[in-house]
Amino acid sequence: MKVLVSIKRVIDYNVKIRIKPDNSGVETQNVKMSMNPFDEIAVEEAVRLKEKGFATETIAVTFGVTQAQETLRTAMAMGIDRAIYVPVETDLQSLTVAKALKKIVEKEQPGLVIMGKQAIDGDSGQAGPMLAGLLGWPQATFASRVEVADGRVRVVREVDGGLETLEAPLPALITTDLRLNEPRYASLPNIMKAKKKPLENLTLADLGVEPEPRLKMLRVDEPAKRQAGIKVPDVATLLDKLRNEAKVIG
Amino acid sequence: MSILVVADHNHQTLRPATLNAVGAATKLGQPITVLVAGHQAAAVAQAAAVLPGVVKVLHADDARYAHFLAEPLAALIAQLAPGYTHVLAAATAQGKNVMPRAAALCDVALLADITSVVSADTFVRPIYAGNALATVQSSDKIKFITVRMTAFEPVATTGGAAAVETVGATPCAIGTQFISQELSKSERPELTAARVVVSGGRALGSADAFKTVLEPLADKLNAAIGASRAAVDAGYVPNDYQVGQTGKVVAPELYIAIGISGAIQHLAGMKDSKVIVAINKDGDAPIFSVADYGLVGDLFQIVPELVKQLA
Repeated sequence: MKVLVSIKRVIDYNVKIRIKPDNSGVETQNVKMSMNPFDEIAVEEAVRLKEKGFATETIAVTFGVTQAQETLRTAMAMGIDRAIYVPVETDLQSLTVAKALKKIVEKEQPGLVIMGKQAIDGDSGQAGPMLAGLLGWPQATFASRVEVADGRVRVVREVDGGLETLEAPLPALITTDLRLNEPRYASLPNIMKAKKKPLENLTLADLGVEPEPRLKMLRVDEPAKRQAGIKVPDVATLLDKLRNEAKVIG
Repeated sequence: MSILVVADHNHQTLRPATLNAVGAATKLGQPITVLVAGHQAAAVAQAAAVLPGVVKVLHADDARYAHFLAEPLAALIAQLAPGYTHVLAAATAQGKNVMPRAAALCDVALLADITSVVSADTFVRPIYAGNALATVQSSDKIKFITVRMTAFEPVATTGGAAAVETVGATPCAIGTQFISQELSKSERPELTAARVVVSGGRALGSADAFKTVLEPLADKLNAAIGASRAAVDAGYVPNDYQVGQTGKVVAPELYIAIGISGAIQHLAGMKDSKVIVAINKDGDAPIFSVADYGLVGDLFQIVPELVKQLA
């Protein structure tokens, strides 16, 4: 069984973002970029499935600017076997990503697709369920445990009230939550080896997919800043403030 | 305009998040229809029918909706959606799971986690962990939307008188099976709807400390208990306690952050709280930059003292 993961290059989670002066978007020039943390978890899970003998081959896909190929190399340094790079000038919207991934899935025929539950830039969290819907596949989002056996996958999901366990026949789609695994660091020898792994180029035209954006970003603004308050010296003062100034406790 | 709100419920009662979603729908316009898909959920359909502003309730009752699996629910929503200009749901675990799938089945985009309605086609939604607000216009014929609960006032639970109409289940042949669930049992208010939230971080140091230090304070304030990612990762509390960009978003009247340093991912989940209190031994912790009242010191001394003085 092949396992396909989709990854996105995003502004590193530690970077404090800056909004462009003309409010047209968020500054991505000269900013540290990394693999979306949830996608790292997806890569790790795919690699582990291969190490355990469930996956025969692991493939990573990304849509992005030229430098996004470095993120694919990182995935291959973590253990992914080969990569598919689809060049795009600007961020694709989730529905387009889902449609393009559908074409790649039809071509590669993986038994499992693993994606991050959300990208930490757009925070939309929809490409995964959208792809599952388009494919007519079972989906298990927010996975915190994945077990494959006998042509089925059993997934423990993180839901609002706690945990839920689902089982689905393969092929299926999974999106990762934080506690599914701890992604490994790529070792230097593996980074060197990754440079020789196959990286295929495919265009959206090759896939027969038009970008057709449905959502137009009119502007991006800074949220209202919260004023830092005061430090209080002791518990008695804190309670006095909460009772008589903020009036939030009786 | 014609709005469909997908109810979030447990077959017996509507979850509070549904009231916020109907609140958001009210900002958009009228008429509002609520879809209650469940199993033996007639009581929920009745509860939805008396929400102010709701003119119709669609009630789909079938065993295949018993566990709110995404596949049959999305098929149902996608079948009903063409009759509406807007399809809304709260951005709960269920809404986030089902709505994108349903949107894709209708070949439309989804506006996730909106915090404001600008017009019938334009909405504001947070991006980058709430560090930027995007104003987004949709050109789709049907607007699929999930709603950030804390950004919209809930509607009242009485006052309406909608008709309940039964709708059949939509066929769905995808074989996902529900196996089991482990829900955290708690007598406390629900985290996303609580008036007061007491949240603990890694500095608590153990699951035991959540029980012996945090719980007495939460008891005194009738508060929900939350946690930072670090505390959840360390296994001190279950996953559903996590507040932040990738956990739950809360905006209570009072949020007390105890032993939480305040990573931007955590701030994303609580910085819209009305009053924030931070208790931390590191006076330079970023949590103090959003706190109205900060107390620097040892939480193991401060919190019991707080409990004592509240008595």
